[in-house]
Amino acid sequence: MIPRSFEYSAPGTLDEAVALLQKLGSDAKILSGGQSLIPMMKLRLASPPHIVDINRIPGLDYITEKDGFLRIGALVRESDLERSELVRSRFPILVDTTSVIADPLVRNQATVCGNLAHGDPANDHPATMLALGAIVVAVGPRGERDVPVENFFPALFTTALEADEILREIKIPIPPPSTGGAYLKLERKVGDYATAGVAVQITLNNSGACTAAAGIGLTNVGFTPIKAVKAEAFVKGKQLDQAAVKQASEIAAGESHPVDDIRGPADYKRDLVRVLTARAIVRALERVKGGV
Amino acid sequence: MAAINVKVNGVDHKAEVEPRLLLVHFIREVLRLTGTHIGCDTSHCGACTVVLDGRAVKSCTVFAIQADGREVLTVEGLEQDGKLNHLQEGFFQEHGLQCGFCTPGMLMTGYEFLKNNAEPSEDEIRHAISGNLCRCTGYVNIVKAYQYAAQKMREGGAQ
Amino acid sequence: MTPRTSPEVGGMGHSVKRKEDPRFLRGQGNYVDDVVLPDMLYLDIVRSPYAHAKITNIDTSKALAIPGVAAVITGKDLAQYNLHWMPTLMSDTQMVLPVEKVMYQAQEVAAVLATSRYVAADGVDAVEIDYDPLPVVVDPKKALLPDAPVLRTDKEGKKDNHIWHWEWGDKAATDKTFQEAEVTVQEDIYIPRIHVSSIETCGCVAHFNKVTGKLTVWMTTQAPHAIRTVFALVAGHVGLAEHKIQIISPDIGGGFGGKVPVYPGYVIAVAASVLTGKPVKWIEDRMENLQADSFARDYHISAELAGKKDGTITGLRIKTIADHGYTDAAANPSKFPAGLFHICTGSYDLKAAHVEVDGAYTNKPPGGIAYRCSFRVTEAVHTIERIADVMAHEIGMDPAEFRFKNFIKPEQFPYKSALGWEYDSGNYAAALKLAMERIEYDELRKEQAEKRARGELTGIGISSFTEIVGAGPSKHFDILGLKMFDSAEIRVHPTGKVIARFGTKSQGQGHETTYAQIIAEELGFPVADIAVEEGDTDTAPYGLGTYASRSTPVAGAACAMAARKIRDKARKIAAYLLEAHEDDLEWEPGKFFVKGSPDRAKTIQEISLAAYTNHPPGVEAGLEAVDYYDPPNLTYPFGSYICVVDIDKGTGEVKIRRFVAVDDCGNIINPMIVEGQIHGGLTMGLAPAMYEEIQYDESGNNLNGSFMNYLLPTAVETPKWETDKTCTPSPHHPLGAKGVGESATVGAPAAIVNAVVDAMWHLGVRHIDIPITPAKVWKLLRENGVSE
Ligand SMILES: Cc1cc2nc3c(=O)[nH]c(=O)nc-3n(C[C@H](O)[C@H](O)[C@H](O)COP(=O)(O)OP(=O)(O)OC[C@H]3O[C@@H](n4cnc5c(N)ncnc54)[C@H](O)[C@@H]3O)c2cc1C
Ligand code: FES
Ligand code: FES
Repeated sequence: MIPRSFEYSAPGTLDEAVALLQKLGSDAKILSGGQSLIPMMKLRLASPPHIVDINRIPGLDYITEKDGFLRIGALVRESDLERSELVRSRFPILVDTTSVIADPLVRNQATVCGNLAHGDPANDHPATMLALGAIVVAVGPRGERDVPVENFFPALFTTALEADEILREIKIPIPPPSTGGAYLKLERKVGDYATAGVAVQITLNNSGACTAAAGIGLTNVGFTPIKAVKAEAFVKGKQLDQAAVKQASEIAAGESHPVDDIRGPADYKRDLVRVLTARAIVRALERVKGGV
Repeated sequence: MAAINVKVNGVDHKAEVEPRLLLVHFIREVLRLTGTHIGCDTSHCGACTVVLDGRAVKSCTVFAIQADGREVLTVEGLEQDGKLNHLQEGFFQEHGLQCGFCTPGMLMTGYEFLKNNAEPSEDEIRHAISGNLCRCTGYVNIVKAYQYAAQKMREGGAQ
Repeated sequence: MTPRTSPEVGGMGHSVKRKEDPRFLRGQGNYVDDVVLPDMLYLDIVRSPYAHAKITNIDTSKALAIPGVAAVITGKDLAQYNLHWMPTLMSDTQMVLPVEKVMYQAQEVAAVLATSRYVAADGVDAVEIDYDPLPVVVDPKKALLPDAPVLRTDKEGKKDNHIWHWEWGDKAATDKTFQEAEVTVQEDIYIPRIHVSSIETCGCVAHFNKVTGKLTVWMTTQAPHAIRTVFALVAGHVGLAEHKIQIISPDIGGGFGGKVPVYPGYVIAVAASVLTGKPVKWIEDRMENLQADSFARDYHISAELAGKKDGTITGLRIKTIADHGYTDAAANPSKFPAGLFHICTGSYDLKAAHVEVDGAYTNKPPGGIAYRCSFRVTEAVHTIERIADVMAHEIGMDPAEFRFKNFIKPEQFPYKSALGWEYDSGNYAAALKLAMERIEYDELRKEQAEKRARGELTGIGISSFTEIVGAGPSKHFDILGLKMFDSAEIRVHPTGKVIARFGTKSQGQGHETTYAQIIAEELGFPVADIAVEEGDTDTAPYGLGTYASRSTPVAGAACAMAARKIRDKARKIAAYLLEAHEDDLEWEPGKFFVKGSPDRAKTIQEISLAAYTNHPPGVEAGLEAVDYYDPPNLTYPFGSYICVVDIDKGTGEVKIRRFVAVDDCGNIINPMIVEGQIHGGLTMGLAPAMYEEIQYDESGNNLNGSFMNYLLPTAVETPKWETDKTCTPSPHHPLGAKGVGESATVGAPAAIVNAVVDAMWHLGVRHIDIPITPAKVWKLLRENGVSE
């Protein structure tokens, strides 16, 4: 399995990279972790004439908290996320997510931003980022812009990025106190994409009811990552007792649009969304109370 | 063609390569270091694992040109002064290999993992090697080899 | 068994560290893809996107225009030399490259030769082929219907897709047991198509030297000698004679049966080297390996068991359709088109059995090889262990008690089975008892009942299998006429060092160590002083190779016999040196001494030197021996496995909580290696039970053609195996050993399925086909009203 030939550039700054992308147009593909792109090139499913490798651009591998956001730079690898104290203590849902992506070797290369930029509904971060209300920061010849992640995945394998834009950073709002989140995925084995996955982020108010900040995202049960808006709307303002959790999970299942494939029939996946949603809510609630 | 310079097992190697040349082919075919193996096309098996700037990666999913100016460690670079490292010794003592095809990858994954985790649990080890497929051993003795090495590293320093 | 030799000598029973490890640990193994010759060309193969189609045109011009592409070979090119078809091991025929039509997706259609791997891949991309799709037959049952399109149009007069009918056993007697039965059960059991997927794929480097006329092929083969003979028979007409063919099987990265057949790629590479006079390397990639190389299993079985209400089994009746793909390229002994499937009465003493198998052609790749098992034994074990469990549950008897009731008793050995096998030795109850103790069976049953009352699903599954390995006695066993003996040649050097060569080929089993230990046991040379070589047909004695767990039973026996020949000669030399009568000498590992005076002794090393420097008059100089061992019988390893599973009612996931494996492979040469074989075998039992399957859609597209969807278990999915053993030596093997490399793969799947069904029987679930996926379990749960 050998890729087709291509031209290669490794710009040293973001500006240079953007300029190159502008010049090359749709001939260029950005290479970050390469863990989706290179396998596709080897199978000759993708044959970009020009590769723009952004790995040589310094200063893009930060995970920081600034101005009320957790900021993840374009060259942060999955394994950086796993090891970050900041992430471990404040965003266990991100640790849930990254630790079920591929395997440790792939995670040493794959970037979190690439995971969104690839636009694959089977990828795991999109659901989590939907639940977290993340914002994608794109930089291009026309400057920088923020794209709320719920607008980032318009269609299958498509993102809101223009061909000459680079996903520079993911911004995640720092959650208020009494927040908990969890990501649950059913995979056939380690290294497999999700049969279904569910991300839940919940904040409770003083009386223990769910606030307006609830987020629920679904993996690989539709042509795009799915924000389960009806289920989110349902939980808002509710005490999440057993009956409410059950109802929320059924609503979320109704929002999924899985298809039959080698991972199982559609009705199975829909039911998985129900089961995983309920469990993720329960896990998130435990975490609100300080559980892990 | 592009000129690259990669430090492999401590030695600088300059070469002219096509950008599409995969790191695994650079190592195996240009440098003739054939300990690094190829077992799949889809980045699943880990037979090709090498350590790139301190991190274990699948060298079939990296272009050689990406390694320009960087450091690669392969299985051939593990032995120091004629002495196997603790993990190699562990594989020998605990019968952690059969056909040996997955072994270099398993050793390279462990090289990074044990540096960062001095006292791994069995489950941590199993997750650490979950990107490396072995068809022969059922993993039991590979886990023991890792435990052997971790023990030795705790007792007596590095490697 | 306490070892008879010291740890330094390292004979039988010692966990000697492996002699092959130092090179592998340093990355210094020498696998086929590591072989590089000057001026070598790379071969890459163009494959069919269709499962059945007429080839209307092949345009190679664009490929040939690429700098570095040396040639493109098509079926027409090979047809000029009559090399476009080749015989299979089952005397069917297989295309090397097609001239008229393709018969399965991923079939070889043309081959590109180029100066590098990369250019060859570009060349493959540039070959343009036009196809006319033909109707595809995927389901073997449909293939056998009268209106099915006939696939093998190349066979004159062939009017259907039926390959052969085979039956065994006494039909009338079996039918009678069913007429008289108090209880009968029936189940349809599908044992899916799977692939061995050794981590190293297949490949070769073929080098034909135009000057000397010698062909050397480094190749991933488990049976180098048989391959040499096949090449000579197939290509004799183009001038390849057997003395000018050298097959070298270098280090092999796992075989498991997948490296027994001759694949078209090898033949094309050889043809390409003969045509160009240059070395040619062909290394298949993983997708080619999964999509085109021989598969295993694919048996559609209907099994019936007859018995009494008290749990006594009386009769077994099996009908099977075997899907062979477009040609029967199984690797079986010639007389047995369904392999040793008729070992299917398993560990049980029953009166009568009858088995029928029908082979069918379909538009799928050929095969029917083993998957770390001996000739269809897994199919047999799976069938009997499943159907026995169904009957136990049906009559409400504990599956362990049911087995104890029906086991062949130790005093019945040697035991003649209803299907004609003569089991050498066994103590089945002892193995099951030990497994039950280890897992605390009675406690588990209590816990299961409590959990069930709370609505939780836990299951306990048993598999008490009997294996049949070490093929085999020449009276019944041959492959393409070659009798299934194996061989050893031992040479002792003057300084007391040894080289030994064998007709087998290790693919990870540790032969270099195990054979050395046998020699150490028999002659007392320390293992460190013994070099073992295999795999080079120019130097090794002829042998049939390593598969079906035959190395220890057959080549291991040859090794012991050759060593004993050397010992006999050593006795003569010792008698001469000690000026004693041969009969007055006694042997203990490493030396002969005069009875009653242990000081008057000669070590084997002293004798070795004397063999070259001071040999007795009338005795030939030198100290070497060859043995071709024709086993008097097969060996019958056995074991009892118990598996405990918990089922997630929400997701359908099955979690193996514990798995205890008790094996009995007779006397053990290297306990460490045996245990390692069992761990690996168990994992290759888990794999098809829960993860692996090659599936096709209606159009014959392979749905599991890469590691994306062909799911090899990782360390995370693999349970923490618990192993133990009993020891019932083989009475006819010179070392009492039986062979173990595959037992666990054979026995494990049934234990897992039995556990899963046990967890759900009370809900109305009787059977589940492997692989047991969460989706399948979920469906069964929901159908039976269980949810979270
Ligand atoms: C064996 C295996 C198993 C996997 N399993 C999973 C899994 O279970 N779950 C999962 O989520 N993922 C999985 N992945 C995919 C992995 O996480 C990828 O790495 C990820 O999808 C892409 O990240 P990357 O950094 O490797 O991107 P690349 O492969 O470099 O790029 C992917 C795409 O995104 C574009 N791109 C990348 N970075 C940017 C950027 N900063 N700005 C704009 N465009 C960009 C590229 O041009 C390309 O089109 C698996 C991969 C492998 C090899
Ligand atoms: S060769 Fe399989 S992961 Fe690299
Ligand atoms: S030892 Fe053979 S694949 Fe691991």
